[in-house]
Amino acid sequence: MFRSHVLVCGGTGCTSSGSAQIIESLEKEIKKHCLDKEVCVVKTGCHGLCALGPIVIVYPEGAFYSMVSVDDVPEIVAEHLVKGRIVTRLLYQETVKEDGFTPIVDTDFYRKQHRVALRNCGVINPENIEEYIGTRGYEALGKVLKEMTPDDVIQLILDSGLRGRGGAGFPTGLKWKFASGNRGNVQKYVCCNADEGDPGAFMDRSVLEGDPHVVLEAMTIAGYAIGASQGYIYVRAEYPIAVERLNIAIGQAREYGLLGKNIFDSGFDFDIELRLGAGAFVCGEETALMTSIEGNRGEPRPRPPFPAVKGLFESPTILNNVETWANIPQIILNGPEWFASMGTEKSKGTKVFALGGKINNTGLVEIPMGTTLRTVIEEIGGGIPNGKKFKAAQTGGPSGGCIPAEHFDVEIDYDNLIAIGSMMGSGGLIVMDEDNCMVDIAKFFLEFTVDESCGKCTPCRIGTKRMWEILDKITKGKGTLEDLDKLEELAYYIKDNALCGLGQTAPNPVLSTLRYFRDEYVAHVVDKKCPAGVCKDLLSFKIDPEKCKGCTKCAKNCPVGAISGEKKEAHEIDTSKCIKCGVCYDNCKFDAIYKV
Amino acid sequence: MKSLEELKAIREKMQGQVGFRDEGDDGIRVVVGMATCGIAAGARPVLTTLSDKVQEKGLDKVKVVQTGCIGLCKYEPIVEVIEPGKEKVTYVHMTPDKAIEIIDKHLVRGQVVSEYTLDMK
Ligand SMILES: Cc1cc2nc3c(=O)[nH]c(=O)nc-3n(C[C@H](O)[C@H](O)[C@H](O)COP(=O)(O)O)c2cc1C
Repeated sequence: MFRSHVLVCGGTGCTSSGSAQIIESLEKEIKKHCLDKEVCVVKTGCHGLCALGPIVIVYPEGAFYSMVSVDDVPEIVAEHLVKGRIVTRLLYQETVKEDGFTPIVDTDFYRKQHRVALRNCGVINPENIEEYIGTRGYEALGKVLKEMTPDDVIQLILDSGLRGRGGAGFPTGLKWKFASGNRGNVQKYVCCNADEGDPGAFMDRSVLEGDPHVVLEAMTIAGYAIGASQGYIYVRAEYPIAVERLNIAIGQAREYGLLGKNIFDSGFDFDIELRLGAGAFVCGEETALMTSIEGNRGEPRPRPPFPAVKGLFESPTILNNVETWANIPQIILNGPEWFASMGTEKSKGTKVFALGGKINNTGLVEIPMGTTLRTVIEEIGGGIPNGKKFKAAQTGGPSGGCIPAEHFDVEIDYDNLIAIGSMMGSGGLIVMDEDNCMVDIAKFFLEFTVDESCGKCTPCRIGTKRMWEILDKITKGKGTLEDLDKLEELAYYIKDNALCGLGQTAPNPVLSTLRYFRDEYVAHVVDKKCPAGVCKDLLSFKIDPEKCKGCTKCAKNCPVGAISGEKKEAHEIDTSKCIKCGVCYDNCKFDAIYKV
Repeated sequence: MKSLEELKAIREKMQGQVGFRDEGDDGIRVVVGMATCGIAAGARPVLTTLSDKVQEKGLDKVKVVQTGCIGLCKYEPIVEVIEPGKEKVTYVHMTPDKAIEIIDKHLVRGQVVSEYTLDMK
């Protein structure tokens, strides 16, 4: 038994900023002070505050240390672990109080969160099945196999109101029900979508890294509910930590008899295998994903038939998203009423979002459905850096749309977001401020879909490319007002005619920016100006002779020698040479350089 | 593993360990002085005994934490029991055996062991 636990985040964010070395050094220092029988070091999953990593938490005090470096380790051990003195300088600033510190759960970042899918992330060691069991892991599976019929399970999920977290928001219980006929007589499959292709999203990765067993347990429950004996997790190979922990988890679950034959002596068999994806966005689409698992090139196929009827290897199949799975055991243990008590009328429970872009607390948050965008950005996310103004937030990634400032108070749920032209998506939430050009953003997302289009259907393969070309023209100041109409016409045509969700949703970022920021498009087309000062062809850099002190810094930094001037006298930019890289603008100490 | 009982046995074994990482600060805090004076007087075995026993007994509202010098070096090892809404109790000249007594009497049953408290010295 240990008197103190030192938790170190082993998620991808903290790992890339050196948490593995911190663990190594902690173990060494702890040994040096002969504390290795008293203090244990636990590698956990993600705590969410990725912007402040690497994160180290010391219990029982609950001291939350942020941005820890290997050099800080000897002090943490000698001061905190040996003498019981908190190392205040390393505490997460928000927790510091005059006479000590507040628990992390009382900070702005955590206070309004509600962790269901992420409940174990950052709390347990994901590589130890017994820690998962210690937080009631596999209890739901035991309950289902011992006390419930398969139909009871489906009814319970239906009653909870859970909807898929992968993007479309389809009722999970209904999906299971469609696949539940003819149990015992046909081969069926249960799949987990861990492809997570939305740029900037890392919700699913964090669940897999922080709590892999929850996915295994939930898939086994679903296998029992629909009568399947085999599961597949389709996870992208670019998530090596997630893959490693899933492999460890599957091995341990088999060893403990929680996967395999005759689970809990109930006569029910279930096993799970991993399939690694190569990282194509389209492989997150359900039919393409199944085609890829079958060993073929990841291309979608027409629906119907729906996977519940004819899915993987032509057999009835259910596919759910990682976060959807992460909710299942909790719903079974706490009851559907508990789950349905959170959220809004038609969107129950919580949703995990990956906050990125122009926001202070870049990271992972889980909020009850119905929380306003304002709360997420201003309170939980800590607002926008450098006092800039909020312009819009993109949800749903390349399939979604933007939410402008006028809808800052929208209560986030499936239906409200659709109503304002965006969508929930899988949970990527990218914040944009006044320095972002919305035409450029639309172009960015379209570039992504052009790249990721599998090429099987013409509207998507050629249509998105044509749209991108028009956007490119506009950002170069060569667009016309007719182009805007053409853009819209193409957008609707592609939406109606593309084969799969990728093409059907690809025009959304363009349509939503046209809806809310048409004036920015018009400024590019008519005035040949980029109001945010992003599109390089439409702006030039100038030096204000009043402010310029002649320090010569800009002239020295300019990579093309476009700036000239005598020392201590106002400088000048030769616009014919300038390549608009912005180095002078970013580095002028006197704010003398401006964009026009 | 074939039965729910086996699962339960693992859960109970692990619950204390995972529950240990609790954020709440509303329970009882048992504070052990761990400055040089405390350590020299034998505070470390007192701390580990307290921590082990509290976890063994599943007292999940009790947190055993350490602090620096309490300022009464000649009474070390010192253990303070701080309970919300109650007066702080300071135990002095602690040993592992006395610590076990305090857990059984004070933390489990709520009776202050007055023969070890500061005001008795
Ligand atoms: C182009 C495209 C990409 C998708 N990518 C993902 C993904 O990365 N992860 C995911 O869970 N769902 C993704 N989906 C949605 C899936 O097709 C499917 O609806 C979902 O996995 C079903 O699970 P759920 O009901 O639990 O949400 C994508 C859909 C499309 C059209």
